[in-house]
This record gives sequence, structure tokens and C-alpha cells, in this order.
Amino acid sequence: MISIETQKENGHDLLILRGEVDASNSVMLDEAIQKLINDGSKSILVDGQGLEYISSAGLGVFMSYLEDLQERDIDLKIYSLTPRVYEVFKILGLDQLIPILPDKTAAF
Amino acid sequence: MNHQIRIYCQTSSLVEVRVFLQKTLRELRLSEKDQHQVTLAVEEICANLIIHSHNCNAKDHIELEVKEAPGKLIFEIKDQGEAFNLIDYEIPDLKKVIEEKRKGGLGIILVRKIMDEIEFESHKGTNTCRLIKWFRA
Repeated sequence: MISIETQKENGHDLLILRGEVDASNSVMLDEAIQKLINDGSKSILVDGQGLEYISSAGLGVFMSYLEDLQERDIDLKIYSLTPRVYEVFKILGLDQLIPILPDKTAAF
Repeated sequence: MNHQIRIYCQTSSLVEVRVFLQKTLRELRLSEKDQHQVTLAVEEICANLIIHSHNCNAKDHIELEVKEAPGKLIFEIKDQGEAFNLIDYEIPDLKKVIEEKRKGGLGIILVRKIMDEIEFESHKGTNTCRLIKWFRA
């Protein structure tokens, strides 16, 4: 189960993820990011505090947008990941490709 | 200790795999981090089989068994689909994954990095993938 909520704050778009992202629901994450891009977002901040689990299906969604975001000059940052989810980003080396910050203040 | 589960080939079964593993692994001397990671690795294999070998056909099934052996844990995943030999699979370069906007391939990287040994065999239409995690003192 996953819940995705978006909020605007100081010109940033917050994408608040809660629950578990796997191959059955990663399309929701994909659609949410696509929508923010289409709506002209310049900064997408992913709140990972409530993200309990993410498999390669979800990680692949972030990866697939990296080039697009760079070309359109859109910032993507992730913050407040739990240590075990952060570990998974590190195993793949995604922490070298996406800025991962300890909390919202650091991401702003 | 011997635990097993049969799941049907649909992506909604993946949560069952996680719940089963969480329950099974709780009894073992694995750190919370290792529990999380082996759960992820086993789920990645199941997701691959469900999506690529069985095209999400809910009539097909996969058997998953967890066995404890001296010094190690063995996750045995059996199916009767098209054989996918993970050992022969060439690991994609992360840069390539990004350039080609490929959403696949990452799961295999995770499995190889998380597990200590991977075995694969195909015999009389049944494929067996064995993922092995060593206990660390």
C-alpha cells in the first residue's frame, strides 16, 4: 500500500510518500512525478519519512526521470529517509545521483 | 525451521512475500538491516518471475521456501515458467539504465549486491533459484 500526497511550500513541490512502493504500485509514483513536471514544477522534494519500503520498481522510477529533470532544470531532492531505506539507495549508488538530505530544512 | 509459501503470479502477491518473510525472518539472528535487504532481494526475484516469466498470469504460481542451514539462510524460489538464469545475466551499467530510461535491471543489481551466493538450476520444467545469505558473527 502506498499513499502519495503533494503539497506546495515556498515554491517547492513536496511529494510525500507513505507506505511501501513495489512493482504493483510504482506506476502511481511515476504518474505523480510526471504530473509535477507537466504542471511546471521547478523543484520536487520527496518526503521519505513515511516510506517504509521501496523496491527496484520504485527506485527505477526516480532513475528514469533523472535526465529529463536535468534537461528541464528541475531540482529533485529526497529527504527524511529512514536508515534502512537510505541503505537501499546507497547499495545502488543512487545517493550519488540524487541529493538525499537528512530533513526538510536541509532540502529547502 | 522450514517455512514456505505459494504465491500466484500477480504483482499484488508481492506484499504477501514481504509479510511472509518478515514473519519468518523475525525468528532469526539477522540484523534489522539484513532482514530488510534479504526481503528486498527475494521480492525482486519474485517480481521478475511474475512480470517477465509469467506475464502476470494469476493462474501460475511460484513456491518460496526459507531454509536455515549451518551459518547460512537459503531462499529457494521455484517456478515452472520460462527459465531466467540470473547468473548469466549481464549486470547493466547504472549509467546505461539512466540513459535508456530503463526501469528494469536494477532489481538484479540489488540481488547480487545483497546476497552472498546465487544458484540456479532448471530441471524437467521446474526452475530453482537459490539465494544464500551467510550469517555474520
